[in-house]
Order: sequence, then C-alpha cells, then structure tokens
Amino acid sequence: MREFWRRYRMNRAAVGGLVVVVLIAALAVVGPFVHDVDPFEMMGRPYSPPFGEFLLGTDVSGRDILAGIIRGAPVSLLIGVVASLAATLIGVALGAVAGYYGGFIDDALMRTTEFFLTIPSFILAVVIVAIFSPTVVTITAAIAAVSWPSVARLVRGEFIAQREREYVQASRAIGMPDWEIILLQILPNALAPVIVVSTLMVATAILTESGLSFLGLGDPNHVSWGYMIGVARTALRVAWWMTAIPGLMIVIAVIAINLAGEGLNDALNPKLRER
Amino acid sequence: MSDALLEVRGLTKHYPVGARLFGEKKHVHALDDVSLSLRPRQTLAVVGESGCGKTTLARCLVRLVEPTRGTIRLAGRNLTEPSAAERREIPRLIQIVFQDPYASLNPRRTIFQTVGDPLRLHQPSSRAERREKVAALLASVGIGPQLMDRLPHELSGGQRQRIAISRALAVGPRVIVCDEPVSALDVSVQAQVINLLKRLQAELGMSYVFITHDLRLVLNLADTVAVMYLGQVVELAEIADFKARIKHPYSLALFSATPRAARAGAGKPRRIVLAGDVPSPIDPPSGCRFHTRCPYVQPVCRGTEPELRAIGSRLVRCHFADQPGFPPQGAIPAAAMQ
Amino acid sequence: MSALLSVRDLSVHFPTRQGVVRAVEEVSFDIEAGETVALVGESGSGKSTVAAAIMRIIPSPPGIIAGGEILFEGRDLVKLPESEMRQVRGSRVAMIFQDPMMALNPVHSIGAQIVEALMLHTALSRRQALDRAVELLELVRVPAPATRVRQYPHNLSGGMRQRAMIAMALACDPRLLVADEPTTALDVTIQAQVLELIGELQARLGMAVLLITHDLGVVGEIADRVVVMYGGRKVEEGRVEEVFRAPLHPYARGLMRVSDWEGGTGLALPEIPGTVPSPFAMPAGCSFAPRCDVAIEACASRKPLLVVRGPARSAECLLLEDPPR
Repeated sequence: MREFWRRYRMNRAAVGGLVVVVLIAALAVVGPFVHDVDPFEMMGRPYSPPFGEFLLGTDVSGRDILAGIIRGAPVSLLIGVVASLAATLIGVALGAVAGYYGGFIDDALMRTTEFFLTIPSFILAVVIVAIFSPTVVTITAAIAAVSWPSVARLVRGEFIAQREREYVQASRAIGMPDWEIILLQILPNALAPVIVVSTLMVATAILTESGLSFLGLGDPNHVSWGYMIGVARTALRVAWWMTAIPGLMIVIAVIAINLAGEGLNDALNPKLRER
Repeated sequence: MSDALLEVRGLTKHYPVGARLFGEKKHVHALDDVSLSLRPRQTLAVVGESGCGKTTLARCLVRLVEPTRGTIRLAGRNLTEPSAAERREIPRLIQIVFQDPYASLNPRRTIFQTVGDPLRLHQPSSRAERREKVAALLASVGIGPQLMDRLPHELSGGQRQRIAISRALAVGPRVIVCDEPVSALDVSVQAQVINLLKRLQAELGMSYVFITHDLRLVLNLADTVAVMYLGQVVELAEIADFKARIKHPYSLALFSATPRAARAGAGKPRRIVLAGDVPSPIDPPSGCRFHTRCPYVQPVCRGTEPELRAIGSRLVRCHFADQPGFPPQGAIPAAAMQ
Repeated sequence: MSALLSVRDLSVHFPTRQGVVRAVEEVSFDIEAGETVALVGESGSGKSTVAAAIMRIIPSPPGIIAGGEILFEGRDLVKLPESEMRQVRGSRVAMIFQDPMMALNPVHSIGAQIVEALMLHTALSRRQALDRAVELLELVRVPAPATRVRQYPHNLSGGMRQRAMIAMALACDPRLLVADEPTTALDVTIQAQVLELIGELQARLGMAVLLITHDLGVVGEIADRVVVMYGGRKVEEGRVEEVFRAPLHPYARGLMRVSDWEGGTGLALPEIPGTVPSPFAMPAGCSFAPRCDVAIEACASRKPLLVVRGPARSAECLLLEDPPR
C-alpha cells in the first residue's frame, strides 16, 4: 500500500485532482450545516450578481446560488459514485463469466454490449429516465444501465487474456472449482484497469446526470448543478453567473476526478513494468 | 504392461482451425494415436521439438484438455471418461509442473495461499493446520518457512519452480507431469531442481512423465524414453537400449544436434544437420511424417505411413527399423553415450 | 597490435531508487578479426549489457556507461557522438537477437527491411538494394528467396525469421557480428542449422563474432575463445579448449561440471549451491565467494585481482595469486 501511495504522489496533477475531489466531498457533507439555506426558496432579489448580499448571487427566481452549489454537490457525487459502482459490479460479473467460459455465453454478452454501443448512451439514458419518471434512483439506474457494457468488455478482455495463463491452468489441475478460479485467482489480476475505468466513469456519470437535469429530467426534489444551468439558460446574456458558476463546478469536479483517476492508472501499472 | 501405473492408448487430439463454412475443415494434428505407459517409481521422458505434441500430451494427462479419441488409465481409474467420483480423485493422483516459473504462480497470492490451495480443496483443515503442512511441504523442497508470506515476484526463478513442485506434491499424487520444468532456469539452478526431483522420487516413490526437448536431461533422468515428432511417437525404448543404439533417424538427428561442451576442440565430429523446417501440424506430410527431412528417405516413405512396431524390446516407427545397423550411429561420439 | 574490437575496463551502471546496479564492472577483452569470442554467463552476469554497450543501445535513462573504452577500428565507441555511432551501428557492427521479432518490424516485408538497412549505409539504388536483398537471403539459405523477399515476418517460420534477421545484419558487410543468444529460443535441430550457418558465413566473409550465450554446449561448438562473466565481472578468459579442459576459476569449474550432463541415470547432478546475488546486495570481497567450494577466509573481504596466465588467458581468483594475499 505504501508503495502505491509513493508512486501516486509522484504524479502531482493526480494528487491535485484528489485534493479537489476531497474538498468537493467536504463541501457536500459539511456545507449544508455551515450554510443552512434552502436552495429552492426565494431568498432575495432575483438576478443579484455575486459578491453582493449573496456570495454567489441569486438566480432567475431569487434562489441562493451558493445554497444550490452546496446542495447540488452531494447529488452529483452520489449519483456519480453509485451509478459507477453499480455499472462496475454488473460489468465485472457479466464480463468475467463471458470471458472465462467463452462460447455461447460470450457471444450473447458481446451482442448485448454491441447493442448498447450502437445507441448513443446519453439518448438511451434520456429514454429510460423519461419512461420511469425522474427520481434520483431512476437516474442512477439509467446511468448504470448505459455504462456497464464498457466495463464488461474490458473485464471480458482481461479474463480471456488471463485464462490461458499457467497459474490458471495450475489451479484447474489441482481441482479448483470454476467460481473460485474466477473470483480468487483471476479477478485480483484483472482489477487494475477496471478500477481506473470505474473512477473515470464517475466523471462521465456526473456529466450525464448534469445533462439530464439540464433537460429538465432531473429529480424535481433535489437541486442539481445541471438543473441550475437549465433554468438559467434563457438568462445567459444578462446574468452569466447563473450558468457559469454551476458549469464551472461541473468542470472542476470532472477534471479533478479524471486527473485523480489517471494517477491511479500510473500508480497501479508499474507492477507490470517493474518486471 | 499390466503393472503399469499410467497407461495411454491411442491418444489423439485434433484442433479444428480456419473457416468452417465452405470447403473441408482443417485440423491441427496435435496428437495422433499416441500410446505409452509408465511404471511405478519410474521416469518416462517424452522428447521432441515444437509441434511434436508433447505439451498437448501433458495437458491431456491432467485433463486440462479433452482428447479427441483414446484412453488414459491411471491406477485403474479412467481419466478420459471419468465417473463423478473418479473426477474428484484425479487431482490427488496426477499433478503437473509447468515450464515457466514466472507464470505458474499467481502474482497476487502469497506462497502460503498458493501452496495451501490444493490442501484447502482436498483436505479440510484449519488455517493453522494448513500453515504447518505448507511449511513442511516447502521444507521438503528446500524453501524456508519465512518465505510463506511473500509474493512470487520477490523470489528467484529456481525458488518459484521449487514452490510449484511443492504445490504439485501437496496432496500426494502418484504421478507428476513435468512440462519442461527447467528450460527457463539458469544452468546452475537446473541442476538443483533436477536433483530435487530425483530425491523426491526416491523418498516418496513418485513417478514422472518428464517432458523436455533437451536430450542431455533425458540421458540423466529417464528410465524410458519416448521420442515424438509431429504428434506421433517415433521411438519408445528403455534408456539402456536407447543409449546402446538409437533406431529412428529423427531421434538420432535430435541427439546429434544437441550442442555438447565435450565437443570443444576435439576435432568437431560430423553431425547430422537436418534440412528444412518442421512441417506444420495442420497438414502433416503424407506417408512417414519425417520423410521431408529424413536423410535416408526412400519412395516407400512418401507413400506409406509406418506403424509403430516392436523391434526387440523397443517400439520404432520406421520402415527400415528392422534392418541391422540402421541408422548408422557414426555421428555420435561413443564417449557421449555413457 | 590492434585487435578489431578492444573493450577496456568497461563499466555500465544503472542508478535506481534502491541503489546503483553495477551491471558491468571493469570488463576487458579483445576480439581479433575473424575470430569467434563467446561471452558466457547466467542471468545477472552482465553479458547482454556488454553487447548493448558495444552497440551503444543501453537504455538511457537510467543506464550509463560509467567508465572504460570500447575501441573499434581505431575509434572509441563510448565517446562517439550519436550521429557518428549511427553510421557504425548496422554497417560496421551488426547485432542479432534471441527473438527475431526484436529486429523485424511485423508490418514491413522482409525485403523492405533489408533494403532500408542498405539504403541507410550504402550508395546503392533501391533497385540494386532489392537485388542485394535477394542475394543475402540466398546467402543465409532461405529457400525461394525471390518470393520470400516480399513476404512478412509472420509468413516465415521461427528458424527462417532468424535467418532473415541474420541477412539484415549482414547486409552491409559488418566486420563484427554481435549475436545475443541467437539460438536459445530455437528447436535444437534448427539451432544446429543456424549455428552451422553462422560458422560458414564467418569463414566466408571473414567476420568476427561476439556470441552471447549461457549454453556451454553452443560455446563448445563454434567459439574460439570464451570470456566467463559472473556478477558483472569477467572471472575467466581463454581459448575454449583450455578453459573447458582446465578451468581456473571455481565458477567456471562449476559451470563445466554442471553442463556435462552425460552422467548416468540415478547419479545426482553436480550443483552450484545458492543463487546469483541480488545486484543490490553484492557480497563484499569476491562476489562468488558465498557459493564457492574452495573459498578461503580472505575471499569474503578482499576483491580478487586479475591473474594473467598467458596471452589472453586469465582469471580473477585469490587462490590463483601467487602467493595468496
């Protein structure tokens, strides 16, 4: 573990990204207690610019933008992380089985993932959310549903590469049952790229969620940064801060996660290079 | 042959290859009608070069690969079509050690976990009991117990191979298939591992199927030799007979081609250098598969495939095997055969 | 008397986070025109690093040539600027590898690759270079060379790829061929073919060969002289017959015993106990002492000096020093 952190620390951009992610998470957790303002309530004069009575100004309906940023953070982060986790679990399970057994199971998986890859994932997410009416749960599920195929393909590839390796053959020769080989023998060796992809998927999930909220398909009970951009779209020319500030938060969050995730890649891979 | 521990009869393995829509299917003839046997406490060496089928044979023996045809019987059990009970027993009867010590141990699992796996699967025991047994197993191959919690990449090739051997020994098999176990090791380490295998055989009564391309090892280790070429056994003999006389031209060329330090400065004796490359196992040559490279090829060799027949106490697959003085052994210095 | 290649006190170091790896330490030997010198050793001996140093292809960073000279045709290759070294590499000194796919580009035809080497170093036109490529393939006994010249590496068998690589190396008529384990990955019957080929070509072209190998059998077959390396140092050197018949250094003796497999069934093989020391934990004193069967107390603390027993015949061992220190 120590070795991993040492390598990770060498990539300063990655460490920077990680710090920002932690700060945003802190904002999400602590913010509502420090700045206890309802983001949906009209707090003051609409169209107030930042650094006036309100730190980040107000939106078209006079709602506090700072409160929106603070309350929107946990929504984005949570949906991003949970959707990514769900997609990873599904993708790993299906990819592992398909990669290990090959044959019909593999063909079935491949056709399924190809189906998902030919349809633009965002459009598909829109359709799913629209059908099931938008809540945090359906949005998370929709994002997970369009994200798992790429994980599955990655895991399948790793399993195909590993299953002919001699340590797997040796495990079969000593009579190890298949499920044990998949879980205990191959999976630990296949996880490194999966961890990286999952981390980067969080960023994509946040973008997707923001997009859905922008279109008005977000959960109406929760503020989201995408929603804030959406309602301020018409006021873009006169009140840039209403779209720019939440937009900037999305950009910062996504870049930070990407940097942190890429650092993971470099830190995990040298194990292969060291040999 | 009734006292044989392991009996292989007519083992055949064909892999389909290429497009299957139109035209005839092509197959890789990895193994064709291979028969051999192994007696208790003995070593059967299987020698050959790439494409001869020795690796496929190894995998069929431990059931990593299903043969297309043929039977394998081990201590009375049927390995090729085992009953459910027999299937569970097989890993306790026959095990395998692979060539590459860097690939045969899971890089993410400690030595204790790897060697403990077969114990965990076949002998229910507590973790403490397993630690004791693993320590004992490692000691028997010369690995100290302090290495139990290390990962493979922290150890040398020779150490890893010894650990692979201890894993194979864990549940006390009767037969160990050694698939080129020392080819990837330094010369000085090879001797250590070979000596270990010999000691284990003497102490535990193991039988080995020892697969190699290095004839020098064969001369040192084997009780019986099987020479393979393109999926077939071309010569099968007791080691004493083999040392006295080699009856198949390919076996002779193989032996002659083996570089020998003893040749240095001794006025290099003429040796047989075969022309051409090993033919592809997808389309083996007609007639005798060796005829494309054989220095003694005759018209009959191109047309008719020779049977593996008994010449004295050995088996040879050659039309001229019964001719005395064939093939001429002149290319092998007598001193090298002791 | 100038030898074709003269390596003098060559040292190659790899600084790493855990310390400096002294891959090659003060190695000296000569190669005369037309002779075959074998560099023998096991993993960690530094033999491949010496070859890479001669070709100036040490990966740098992190590797550096920390000292010494490599004199070739009157020039010190160590001090040569890269632009001049590029003219030497591939045309005056050529290299072949264990894996032909290290030298052959899978997406170019064999002919194109040989032509490229020719165009870089000679004044031949493309047409002439292509003809020469076919000639070279014929020289290395590739059947149907005119057809093969257009084929790609994956169309050729392992033995033929090796020969194509040799043809590419010989294209510009090098004076020295550096062969790094050229037959280790080949079947033994193919190995015999390739070794015979190298011997023939050497006789025909008057080329010198530096053969890197761990297989003493191969050394016995084709080398004139042998340099034995252990732990980055040269421990013994001499004509092959001399070293094989009467090795001076305990490691060389051990290698000879271990490589002589011809013992009967049932006898234990002679072993060299222990393992090669880690480059980060080299023993003080003689690096072979922990495994040596004749080591004396002084061996653990004093580094042995090179003892010369004749022209190009030497070994590094305290016990050879007369009287021992």
